Amino acid sequence: MSAYKPLGSRIVTPPFIALGVIAAIGFFFLAMRFIYGMGSVTNLNGAHAWGIWVVYDVVVGTAFACGGYALAITVYVLNKGKYHPLIRPALLASLLGYALGGLGAFFDMGRWWQFYNILLPWNWNFNSVMLEVGLCVLTYILVLVIEFSPAVLEHFGAKKLLAVLNKMLFFFIAIGVLLPTMHQSSLGSLLIAMGYKVNPLWQTWQLQPLLALLTALCMGFSIVVFEGSFATAGLRRPSETPLLKGLGMAIVGLLGAFLAVRFITLLVQGKLGLLFAFDFASFMFLVETVLFVVPLVILLSPKRRENGGQLLIAAVSMLLGGALYRFDAFLITFAPGVGYSYFPSVPEIMVTVGLIAFEIMAYLVLVKLFPVMHDAGHEA
Amino acid sequence: MKRRDFLKAAIGGTAVVALGEAEARANLEPAPEAMGMLYDSTLCIGCKACVSACKQTNGMPPVIEEGNPQFDSARDLSGDTLNVIKVYLNGKGEHKDTVSDGYAFEKRSCMHCVDPGCVSVCPVTAMRRDPKTGIVSYHADACIGCRNCTMGCPYNVPQFQYNQPFGQISKCQMCNQAGVGRIDKGGMTACSEVCPTGATLFGPRDALMKEAKRRLALKAGEVTQFPRGDIRHPFHPHEKAAATYQQHVWGEKEAGGTNVLHISAIPFDQLGMPPLGERSAASISEGVQHGLYSYLALPAVALAGLTYLVRRNTNGHKEGEE
Repeated sequence: MSAYKPLGSRIVTPPFIALGVIAAIGFFFLAMRFIYGMGSVTNLNGAHAWGIWVVYDVVVGTAFACGGYALAITVYVLNKGKYHPLIRPALLASLLGYALGGLGAFFDMGRWWQFYNILLPWNWNFNSVMLEVGLCVLTYILVLVIEFSPAVLEHFGAKKLLAVLNKMLFFFIAIGVLLPTMHQSSLGSLLIAMGYKVNPLWQTWQLQPLLALLTALCMGFSIVVFEGSFATAGLRRPSETPLLKGLGMAIVGLLGAFLAVRFITLLVQGKLGLLFAFDFASFMFLVETVLFVVPLVILLSPKRRENGGQLLIAAVSMLLGGALYRFDAFLITFAPGVGYSYFPSVPEIMVTVGLIAFEIMAYLVLVKLFPVMHDAGHEA
Repeated sequence: MKRRDFLKAAIGGTAVVALGEAEARANLEPAPEAMGMLYDSTLCIGCKACVSACKQTNGMPPVIEEGNPQFDSARDLSGDTLNVIKVYLNGKGEHKDTVSDGYAFEKRSCMHCVDPGCVSVCPVTAMRRDPKTGIVSYHADACIGCRNCTMGCPYNVPQFQYNQPFGQISKCQMCNQAGVGRIDKGGMTACSEVCPTGATLFGPRDALMKEAKRRLALKAGEVTQFPRGDIRHPFHPHEKAAATYQQHVWGEKEAGGTNVLHISAIPFDQLGMPPLGERSAASISEGVQHGLYSYLALPAVALAGLTYLVRRNTNGHKEGEE
């Protein structure tokens, strides 16, 4: 019998209603976008063709949704079975995060009614990084649905279907590791073709996919730690710190590799001098570096990583650093030409905030109704 | 497999492939019968006849600013503007084609890159480079509106119609789009046809390149003939003293070169041209992409390995056990 149980507590709570109001505001502006066009809601312009709907919802949001990916590698590839209790909540968060990314990509599409064109093989341009990202993300959302479906099938007691699914699940898990490896690295590769528009400190050319993949993994492990700590506090679950600190060690290795690759690349490409330009870009780079060093300092100390609070700080700092790395490259230091600037409009921000609120609402409903959280009696 | 070994292998593999294969593709070469335009900033008088003719040909409305309907006031490319003349102004702005206290004009429109970024990045092949003429065309029936073309264009040329609920990308297609087809019929672009001074000259890229280099070799003040319209059979040329040209044909080499060439008396960076090297970003991007995904070989091998490991590990332990 499954060791997972629905939380079963009340769904409609004051925070839930507050989230609903925020989501409703977002959906209002989203409706405007479809009726009057993107210009009526966004601040996009002739050179800033991608705003926060692409950069947050897809580029950063899917990295936040890499928890399921990171844990699948840990549990099923590296065979660390003790982390199994964490996997269902992580998969659910990944599913919701990627669904938000897919939805964001859809309503950001200028010609959304023709979205199916990307599914038609005779349209495919194999030179395009975007083709790989689009197809891969779409497929991965379906894989996540399959990976999460045991929780739903258990709830409805569909035992036969569950047995069939369990026999094939290993293959979907394997694809579920491959696909994020592909599209998370490709999210970095998208920057290559933008050439000079990407600030030299972030335009690492051939190293873009590797750096993007390493940050995605770091953020994936961090989001599991974050969600674990948050669920402990907010949903009054028993502490999972002993499990989470092990994930902290994974972050140390990956983050160390990221920083090493990043600085060596700057050295080889002759850009280290730009760090001392004391301009806006070098300042943003410094902020990122501080955010990356904080988790390293915390997680390298055996005493600190035993402490749940410190662990949470490390995870949040890593998530902010990873998000800022992508925001900086795609938006904040992005310079497409003289005379163009972009800052998202309030309605544009509200659409993204509303969707995040909706995502959290969906998470709360699902963990309360379906067997997602590991049984409270569990000890690691 | 130990975690460390796995990570080492994964990171090493990606790095080796990315670095090793990335140089695989060189810039594309000009199309065999590449057609283009030569814009000579020193001949341009800023009359914007080209802007008007472009709008007529493409059925696009003028941009009206400050209630003045006589002139199209478009300041930059947009969903309704494929071609625009911009002004360079310095100090008192008294002398044409002079860097300090001078002024000059510069044309903005699709450069029809030899190695076009928009074509390279488009996931659904909505941007196409004609294999014969090199003209870069747009196909709305395939386009999903992701606007990666704008992001991948060094000149920010493809413009989405943000003001419409069912918009599309707008860009110059050298007057050869379906329904216009001027070039296929042996004609020239509308902007070249109406240009009174020959500042915008149409023709084969080779011939235009030769003409551009002839002009750069002139001594300042030397009187010469400037053809108008189509360089293959020009309208009556006009005589004028040559300006002091910068010794630079924009589009000969920039990011693989362009079919629309510019020459000017003002350095191009001051006219707002982007900082481009000779290598096209598209060629680097495609090198990485094909290095990682050619024939899907690498993903297939990875999937086989992952399937083996996951199957072994899911059989080895049940939920929640070590």
